Amino acid sequence: MTLIDTLQTSFKTVVSYRIRSLLIILAMALGVAAVVILTAIGDGARNYVINQFSSIGTNLLVVLPGRAETSGSFLGAVLGQTPRDLTLKDAQLIGRLPYVRRYAPLNVGEAELSAANRLREVTVLGSNANLIPIRHMKLAQGSFMAPGTENNAQIVLGAKIAREFFPHTQAIGQRVRLGDSRFLVSGVLTAQGETMGFNTDEIVIIPIDFAQTLFNTTSLFRILIEAKNHSDIEPAKRAILATLKQSHDGEEDTTVITQDAILATFDKILQALTLAVAGIAAISLIVAGILVMNVMLIAINQRTAEIGLLKAIGATSGDIRRLFFAEAVWLSLVGAVLGFLLGQFGSLLLRLTFPQLPAWAPAWASVAGILVALATGVLASLFPANRAARLDAVKALGKK
Amino acid sequence: MIRLTDINRIFQMGDQAVHALNHIDLRIASGEYVSVMGPSGSGKSTLLNIIGLLDKPDSGRYELDDRLITDLSEDELAQIRREKIGFVFQSFHLIPRLTAAENIELPLILSGMPPEQRQIRVNDALQAFELQQRAHHRPAELSGGQRQRVAIARATIMQPSVILADEPTGNLDHQIGAEVMLLLEALHHRGTTLIVVTHDRELGARAHRQIGMRDGRILTDQDNDTH
Repeated sequence: MTLIDTLQTSFKTVVSYRIRSLLIILAMALGVAAVVILTAIGDGARNYVINQFSSIGTNLLVVLPGRAETSGSFLGAVLGQTPRDLTLKDAQLIGRLPYVRRYAPLNVGEAELSAANRLREVTVLGSNANLIPIRHMKLAQGSFMAPGTENNAQIVLGAKIAREFFPHTQAIGQRVRLGDSRFLVSGVLTAQGETMGFNTDEIVIIPIDFAQTLFNTTSLFRILIEAKNHSDIEPAKRAILATLKQSHDGEEDTTVITQDAILATFDKILQALTLAVAGIAAISLIVAGILVMNVMLIAINQRTAEIGLLKAIGATSGDIRRLFFAEAVWLSLVGAVLGFLLGQFGSLLLRLTFPQLPAWAPAWASVAGILVALATGVLASLFPANRAARLDAVKALGKK
Repeated sequence: MIRLTDINRIFQMGDQAVHALNHIDLRIASGEYVSVMGPSGSGKSTLLNIIGLLDKPDSGRYELDDRLITDLSEDELAQIRREKIGFVFQSFHLIPRLTAAENIELPLILSGMPPEQRQIRVNDALQAFELQQRAHHRPAELSGGQRQRVAIARATIMQPSVILADEPTGNLDHQIGAEVMLLLEALHHRGTTLIVVTHDRELGARAHRQIGMRDGRILTDQDNDTH
């Protein structure tokens, strides 16, 4: 019996047992679809978090005062000492390091903004011109601390603030009052919306010197640093820690977080989650495989006389084994392909329903889902097919 | 040429051994028309199954066309069944989900014949057995006589040298049964060896050679050379 005839004959059989075949195919398809959709959700969540996290900067390092102790007791806590402050001088020292492209010292506080008979509390960021590019913010109009104007009392408004205070007029060039000082609006940020729980549309940015005067402080909240290249992140981190230790009289009292390390951790956790979810979905494929085996065993029981007849008219054991095997392969194959399409369609619906979630099933998951479905189907049919092939012709013919 | 020498076949029924074939010696020449008669349990079906290579004797020699069968592998036996032997059963054994034409085509598919040649052969067979109008009907839509004609068409489609019929008219009424017997006898007239197993005396008497069996042994073996 030729391969094509085997495939055709078994396909006809699959088609003629319509309801039985549809049910198995459905079971297989649901298993594969579950793998595809669940990994699409898992991977979508991973990409969502990574995109959000990447959008706050590139090759970013953050210096914060204090040291996270992982062991032992913190002596300062007992003696009532606080760690040394980060200062503008520290920021300037870091700025001179070879791995650093640019840096932005940062002070954050709340202050009252008033202009044109309007008044509200705003979050104030004090920094230098580099803050805008480091934090991947964009100016819709104007500038911030443009060369030659660094010492001017200037302010950049978040998109929503600008709209609220100057709904009908150009914000640039307007005078506003922040706390007790007067500032000239030099720029307006592009609306970005919320990233990582921080809305840049409702902030204002002023030069760091003015911010330190406003909040009456000499210490910095953070220093943001952008390394020159991805490979410079680790050396930059070591150099920054060394520099700060030196300037802080040999005390290691600062912490440096790299965006990269956090990103990698998120990536790992969410990848593991995706894999776990895929594994759970794969169990349904194994169940489908058992269903295939069960149904093939029933089929052999129902068609015992037919197997006897095939032997009588000259089918070899191999012919019969291949016929039943091909039948199971058809069921698994159609189920797997249908499940893949169903899964892709489900992912599409998810993407349409939740536009922020990039719910694309990773290619490995689709391929693995289809292969596992085929493998379980094929493995599950080996035993029934062998059993059919070994049937005794005379006894099989005698069965009604 | 079928040559059986000292064939034994023993079935184990619980703790009792049943001697279904007991030291059988039999020769059937090519082109003979033989009926095998006997009460049920006499071993006539077992004899037919052994001649048809569906069953293997526990001891003895079986030569078919001067080839020793007893030592062949399963696949070689299947090939001989395919090429030299055609079975006709009392219950027809048609595959219910296939049409008449597809049932007739099955042995050709098993032999690996290309589809175009199969088509020609099947059409010829449909014509020869007056089944053209019924080609695309499933067995459930056919009468008993039509079903047996499909079964005979399937048994002869490979042009076997031996036709083995086990109670071929057992499920048919008298007149249809007689028609089916005429079809089988027509095959014999064209040179095919025809072996019919039956417990119907009248049917058995039509054969040129009648073998009577009882308890696994051949009791009578007579030739009526009147034909």
